[in-house]
Amino acid sequence: METLRSDPPLTLRQTGPGVVHLVSTAAGPLGGDHLDLTIDVAPLTSLSVFSVASTLALPGRSLLTVTARVGSGASLHYSPEPIVLADGCDLRVQVRLELAPDASVFWREELVFGRHGEPSGRCHTRLDATVGGVPLLRQELVIGDPATHDSPAVFGTAHCAGSTLLTGDLPRERHLADGCAVLPLAGPGTLVSALAPDTVELRRRLEWGERLADKTLP
Amino acid sequence: MHGDMAMLLLADSRLPAGGHAHSGGAEEAVRVGAITGPEDLARFLRGRLATAGVVTAALAAAACEVGSNPQPGRWQRLDAEADARISSPAQREASRTQGRLLVRTTRRIWPSESLETLAQAVPDGAHHPVALGAAAAAAGCEPRQAALAAAYTSVTAPATAAVRLLGLDPVLVHRLLADLAPALNDAAHEACVIQADDWSDLPAHAAPALDLLAEQHLRTEVRLFVS
Repeated sequence: METLRSDPPLTLRQTGPGVVHLVSTAAGPLGGDHLDLTIDVAPLTSLSVFSVASTLALPGRSLLTVTARVGSGASLHYSPEPIVLADGCDLRVQVRLELAPDASVFWREELVFGRHGEPSGRCHTRLDATVGGVPLLRQELVIGDPATHDSPAVFGTAHCAGSTLLTGDLPRERHLADGCAVLPLAGPGTLVSALAPDTVELRRRLEWGERLADKTLP
Repeated sequence: MHGDMAMLLLADSRLPAGGHAHSGGAEEAVRVGAITGPEDLARFLRGRLATAGVVTAALAAAACEVGSNPQPGRWQRLDAEADARISSPAQREASRTQGRLLVRTTRRIWPSESLETLAQAVPDGAHHPVALGAAAAAAGCEPRQAALAAAYTSVTAPATAAVRLLGLDPVLVHRLLADLAPALNDAAHEACVIQADDWSDLPAHAAPALDLLAEQHLRTEVRLFVS
């Protein structure tokens, strides 16, 4: 691994060859925080990013930006634990994935609409993934907006939402189960999208879809 | 001024372009019990407008602008931006089917370079909002008018479908639509903040429940609506 640099509240720890864990070394993100994560995966190398625990977004406005560039023949696996949107939070998440045409990516995001028994805080996420400069997936989610949050068109009665973007040599098959769909995109990738009443069920649904989207997964 | 008249024609469900065959996910939502009455329908429409409605409005406004200086490469790039914003294959197919029919119809109503170049650049059928914007340009509309027509049809199709499927009071449902007027105006306004030729930042609001409903709908045997 060439460079590994971080500052609290987010600390990066190398936990194996090509494996990094995100460790929260302070409470957060909370109002005023701006966290920035940049990942460069050089051609023909591979990197996995996990986190040791879920992230609790605390009251106030905060910003999380993640930029990942994945080179030719390289692979990136990104599956941190969920972000929990505590009541009163106002979190903006901006993710930019710049992928080489033959890069292989597994990018999972999970959001929990409030801690147990509390209403959800607000969150606005945006994911922009391009392959060789061509748009593959652009997707925004707005959580906790009273006008739309409980809409049967958006999240329905779900308490968690998650998705996994996969690219690489994948079968272009659609699958559907209760609260989860495997969606081959117009470009070279597949989105697994799930809604669920709780985090355990959300993970179970996503993993079901991920294994169908990429049959080489364990 | 003739842009106003053209906008009304484009937004009218009587335009013979097959729009009446689509429920925008409402049929499946009714089938699975997610819409049972006017309250559910109001929430469904508000959520649909804030997601698919805002995105189609922005794409239609951008397409209307392209239509004033149409080039094959610009059409293809804008259509690719639409592709990247629709993750459900069922919804992409429904969007392209509606776009293809709309181009076929409006080419005869408003013969123009805008629609001819689009039909050639995207021969399998452009996405519906791109086709709508191209037709709006051909008919003399401003981008804001194209955005209004797109946002309007994004909620009127499911509202009309719900009236038929649930036997709701049509007057009450039109009241729900009237209540959406401020949100609809905002959507059209937001849609027109475009960077000429860089569409990467256009709205991309997703609706996970609509994606699931669209995929489920294709697997449902008895259907009144295509989508």
